Amino acid sequence: MPTTAPHALSDVTASDSTLRRFLHGLPGVDAVGLEARAASLGTRSIKTTAKAFAIDLAISMVDLTTLEGADTPGKVRALGAKAVRPDPTDRSAPPTAAVCVYPDMVATAKEAVAGSTVKVASVATAFPAGRAPISVKLADVREAVAAGADEIDMVIDRGAFLAGNYMKVYDEITAVKEACGTDARLKVIFETGELSTYDNIRRASWLGMLAGADFIKTSTGKVAVNATPANTLLMLEAVRDFRAQTGIQVGVKPAGGIRTSKDAIKFLVLVNETAGEDWLDNHWFRFGASSLLNDLLLQRQKLATGRYSGPDYVTVD
Amino acid sequence: MAPVFDYAPAPESRSVVDIAPSYGLFIDGEFTEAAGGKVFKTVSPSSEEVLAEVAEASEEDVDRAVRAARKAFEKWSALPGSERAKYLFRIARIIQERSRELAVLETLDNGKPIRETRDADLPLVAAHFFYYAGWADKLEHAGYGATPKPLGVAGQVIPWNFPLLMLAWKIAPALATGNTVVLKPAETTPLSALFFADICRQAGLPKGVVNIVTGDGRAGAALVAHPDVNKVAFTGSTAVGKEIARTVAGTRKKLTLELGGKGANIVFDDAPIDQAVEGIVNGIFFNQGQVCCAGSRLLVQESIHDELLDSLKRRLSTLRLGDPLDKNTDIGAINSAEQLARITALAEQGEAEGAERWSPACELPENGYWFAPTLFTNVTQAHTIARDEIFGPVLSVLTFRTPDEAVAKANNTPYGLSAGIWTEKGSRILAVAGKLRAGVIWSNTFNKFDPTSPFGGYKESGFGREGGRHGLEAYLDV
Repeated sequence: MPTTAPHALSDVTASDSTLRRFLHGLPGVDAVGLEARAASLGTRSIKTTAKAFAIDLAISMVDLTTLEGADTPGKVRALGAKAVRPDPTDRSAPPTAAVCVYPDMVATAKEAVAGSTVKVASVATAFPAGRAPISVKLADVREAVAAGADEIDMVIDRGAFLAGNYMKVYDEITAVKEACGTDARLKVIFETGELSTYDNIRRASWLGMLAGADFIKTSTGKVAVNATPANTLLMLEAVRDFRAQTGIQVGVKPAGGIRTSKDAIKFLVLVNETAGEDWLDNHWFRFGASSLLNDLLLQRQKLATGRYSGPDYVTVD
Repeated sequence: MAPVFDYAPAPESRSVVDIAPSYGLFIDGEFTEAAGGKVFKTVSPSSEEVLAEVAEASEEDVDRAVRAARKAFEKWSALPGSERAKYLFRIARIIQERSRELAVLETLDNGKPIRETRDADLPLVAAHFFYYAGWADKLEHAGYGATPKPLGVAGQVIPWNFPLLMLAWKIAPALATGNTVVLKPAETTPLSALFFADICRQAGLPKGVVNIVTGDGRAGAALVAHPDVNKVAFTGSTAVGKEIARTVAGTRKKLTLELGGKGANIVFDDAPIDQAVEGIVNGIFFNQGQVCCAGSRLLVQESIHDELLDSLKRRLSTLRLGDPLDKNTDIGAINSAEQLARITALAEQGEAEGAERWSPACELPENGYWFAPTLFTNVTQAHTIARDEIFGPVLSVLTFRTPDEAVAKANNTPYGLSAGIWTEKGSRILAVAGKLRAGVIWSNTFNKFDPTSPFGGYKESGFGREGGRHGLEAYLDV
């Protein structure tokens, strides 16, 4: 049962065939042209004051992530402390947007960031493969929400999507959205590397938004191809066009593979010149990353002091 | 939360290029003053700052240059192709090594953004020399007979829109095939050709093989009319092209002309819309629309007109106009006051004839020659702005209902240089491309260039091909 309010496109999801017709009726994506546009925006030269602005903005957009089998309470507490105060030597560095953990670490993470603006995001729905019965996926979500997760990062059933079973994917997202309740925001991960074509990524983006996603997210970070400038550009076009048609704004989260400040700034340029400044805020754009934060901090120190410090001047976590 | 993400100025340094206060003509391997001692000034179109004084060639100077080229021809043409290739490869490499300097120079003298000179002009210039260097010792395999012979002295006149790139298109195939050249760059953009002369010396190119004569149309006319020139190659306006054709008629000179255009960019309702918008922008605003193959007529299927125009207007609002040396500038200056006046007059005529004019909010710098990106809707085939080449950042938007109508309208022009087709349907691309009368047809892209691909026009857009194997023919006695 969809929990989203009716909008201009509500009829699209009336049946399997209307949904399929809509998704297949979206304009095609020319891969060469898309990648060329992303590359061209990558040549923007962001210097001095603009760079300082972009670095702080990027820090504030990081979902600081640890998603390892070896995660422990100690590791998650360290991550939480870092998210709240990324640069112990410089209190002016903004906190990150969130920490992102597995569901069983949510309670620990909540404690670690208590009293700060930092949110706790939890992956769920049998992350990263998403190959589990729906009942298990929903239980996964409910437990994370019950433990205090502010945000749920779900994965779609790529198998169902690739088999053309769009309604199944839609139903799962709406069910997860319902399980999130009114407080937790839902990020929908497409695993773009497995969807493989840009046409698929565009369809998945609209499918996710129609089903009530608060954020659409590229990847789990667990496959070979994760966030790229091109697939993020494509998703930014989708949220821009979706808002134009429905009035509903949806966020975008590229995740995996963004490691340097230079890369992060290129993504912010994509946001600025595609979706526009309404998305230049951590309520609407996030970076799913771990090592990126330290590079942002090093660059921030460089801008402030005029020289490079080194890896021992940022914290390991 | 956020204040706006304003890009701070990111100017490319001018210090990488050293422009002398004055330049002479490059004849027989030496820089020399013009016979009459006359000079003219070249200015930076973005600021109107005088960059240098340049010698103005008289008829006597042109004659001197042609004689130098004639003298050099005997030895140059007798060199084995592999030897000529060495010089061309050397020139190509020096261009790569000096590309930053040349990009800044070109931006200063022409007014186009550094992003374009750095990412488009200069890489293509080097690629063109590399490509024709590769042909120099393989001419007998080019399909023009067992021992193709050069023509002799080539007189080449080039425009101001891609000064160094047009020089490369002219000089590289001429030298590869064993000709010697006298080249006249455009009056408003002589500097990169003079820097190229220096590169010829740096490469040790034998004296007289390349000669550069600067000046206005009179120098060009003298070169074209010179009796000892065997080959005339011209890129520029159709009016001047016709004049040259008349001059050359009845002589034994071989002629190629690359003239104006009024390219149709056809967008079908099944096009990849976001990429089509990029292609439309690239088609008409690349180099401020001062491109002979610009997609200056947008033919859009009526059923998606409103949606496409909304997207296009939104995209135009993100274009950054200003200092061409700023690395974030998308739209630079118009090349000259004269060209600006022509664009302004044609745009006013568009309005007077009832087309609807639109430009994004955009502040124009005080000094220099500037024109905001502009599009006209409600344009029909009968409007002047749908027929005349504007050669500026002005797009005329027309609609069509069926593929046949699109083809009919696209072909309904005295020109025939370029066209674009946007559709996700491969069979439609092939069907429509086969019916368009244009020398270059792009599908799902626009304004893409490559030295391996021949370029040239139909009808009043000229004749002869430059680039690729076809480009050799213009400089061989076949």
